[in-house]
Amino acid sequence: MPTTLVKPIKPWAPSRTDRALTTLSVLLSIFTSFLIVAITPMKGKLAYFALFFVAWFVIDSLFVIRKKGAKGVRDGLAEKVTLLGAVIVSMAVLSILWATASRGIKGINFAFLTQNMREASLFDPIGKGGILHAIIGTLMLIAIAIFFSVPMGILTALYLTEIKGRAAGLIQFLVQAMSGVPSVVAGLFIYAAIILNTPLRSSAFLGGLALTILMVPTVTRTAQEVLNLVPRDLREAGLAMGATQWKTVALVVVPAARSGLITATILGVARIAGETAPLLFTVGVFDSYNFNPFKGDQGTIPTVVWGGLMGGTPESVQRAWSAIFVLLVVVLIMFVLARTLGSKSQKKQK
Amino acid sequence: MSIDAPVKATPEPRKITTKPRVSDQIFRAVVTAFSFSALLILSLIAIFLLIKGFTTLKEQGFGFITNFEWSVTQDEAGKDVTHFGLQAMLIGTVVISIVALAIAVPLSVLTALFLTFYAPEGIKKFLVTLVDLMAAFPSILYGLWGFFVLMPMAEYWAKLIHKWLGWIYIFDVPDPVYSRSPFIAGIVLSVMIIPIITSVSREVFSQTPLDRVQAAYALGATKWGMIRAVVLPFGAGGVVGGSMLGLGRAFGETVAVFSVLNIVFRTNVQILFTQGGNVASMIIQKWGEAGPAEVSALMAAGLVLFILTLIVNFFANYVVTKTVKSGR
Repeated sequence: MPTTLVKPIKPWAPSRTDRALTTLSVLLSIFTSFLIVAITPMKGKLAYFALFFVAWFVIDSLFVIRKKGAKGVRDGLAEKVTLLGAVIVSMAVLSILWATASRGIKGINFAFLTQNMREASLFDPIGKGGILHAIIGTLMLIAIAIFFSVPMGILTALYLTEIKGRAAGLIQFLVQAMSGVPSVVAGLFIYAAIILNTPLRSSAFLGGLALTILMVPTVTRTAQEVLNLVPRDLREAGLAMGATQWKTVALVVVPAARSGLITATILGVARIAGETAPLLFTVGVFDSYNFNPFKGDQGTIPTVVWGGLMGGTPESVQRAWSAIFVLLVVVLIMFVLARTLGSKSQKKQK
Repeated sequence: MSIDAPVKATPEPRKITTKPRVSDQIFRAVVTAFSFSALLILSLIAIFLLIKGFTTLKEQGFGFITNFEWSVTQDEAGKDVTHFGLQAMLIGTVVISIVALAIAVPLSVLTALFLTFYAPEGIKKFLVTLVDLMAAFPSILYGLWGFFVLMPMAEYWAKLIHKWLGWIYIFDVPDPVYSRSPFIAGIVLSVMIIPIITSVSREVFSQTPLDRVQAAYALGATKWGMIRAVVLPFGAGGVVGGSMLGLGRAFGETVAVFSVLNIVFRTNVQILFTQGGNVASMIIQKWGEAGPAEVSALMAAGLVLFILTLIVNFFANYVVTKTVKSGR
């Protein structure tokens, strides 16, 4: 007797009729919303958008109510409302991305990326002057912030994951509290503590210090998560081989988490790259190259955007959009880098 | 009788101790010392802002929080007469934050529910990336977008709201000027805090105990029935905590709010009208032309802002940690 394989059934999976009905109801409601907009005085994207969801709900409910009753209708409503929420949120993000790309790209040219603003003002026509000085300034700030915050952040994370001392709870709490420090307060603090008390005046170095305050919590929290992912076995194996804790951490744990720690750094940089408020107190604005990080004001991308926005003329606003476009591209690249590195290190651990 | 054979000396037993080696002691000391940098920085911020803002706090006393006048004038003798009061700005900050929360919390919870329970795998990945990306946008970008893209649309929405709900006091306006209002600043802030609230809510929702979810399904609940009976009661604490984290961010946001808000030192709760206050933005606005007395006042304002966000963040983290732990 030949054995027959029982084909597994999935009673919960949508059948072909269900799918057809869903498609039908979507099409019908698109049609209805167009119809209503056409015959009533309501108009605009907002009307289409709202009417589509209302019509979809009504039409879909009619389909559902015969089979599943009032409960099914409520279930369908919940599904559509959550979808609506997600659609609105993603529309906001896409609108921001689209606005930046479409408006920013217009002002991007060779001069914009390779010149400074010494000879040009914000109000000159596009094509004259560029933001290379600001790009260099921002890179300088980022380098200074990395120099201070990465050791601080990773060592704090090591304290929380490796030493787990008595103060671990307190430190954890403080790090979380620190991540809520408003950026304007970080700038005010550096101004109050250093510029008002010492002969040092605004410079890239002080800006880097202000940004460090904002970057440390991000680095610490991400590094802590990554270090927690390193298997206990590795640590125990190191200790069982007779290594001291210092050797185990330096030669086993940290190398195992290396790519994750790089991710932590990148996320920290993405957090601070666009900070504007603290720079207004600590870095100032400058329209040309300044290669001395300890002395003199410095041009940075966020302050260029800020100046362009405050300038208010079409040219200055165009410069602001183009500068923010450059910054956003950098942030996007870092974001993708952090993601790929992060997922790689997570896969390795599994 | 003597035994000539040499007595075999038993070797001293090896000392076993839990005392760490010198290298480890140094390692631990260094790491511990660095880990206290957070404490050091936070207390330095409080100390320096207090020192520099002390003259103002002493002069204005409690009025610094309850007065709403902000001016430096000179009397006949040429002496500076200062009035520094944060009331209008504090109320403005709270009003904007409430608007932001009122928009962001429902949207974030819906998005988190959609991501956790409804979205197909591909869309879910895409949306999660999008929301994470949102958190990485620079705040000045939100300001730029809010001013040039959102404001024209939002003015239209404000007119609609005023037309239909104008009989409610907060939606009424003394003059039909709708640009640069707390309402628009609130929308911009809401977009900024949506990623925070969404990711916290998503984390909490995804930790709903599986047995309870399955129990609800086994009793014949629909998906929405399950969410209402199991997920929402379980995750409520996390949503509250996430919202407070968002609130902390909303209190401290500077540049984005400054770009889209008309800052006026007058207490105003009519959110659609072009008049609002915000502590952080006010600091930026007054900074440029501030003399020494005003700088001190701005430092004091920074201190108030700092303490406010610390308190909010403290409660938020407490609530989130408690909820996430209860699921395990």
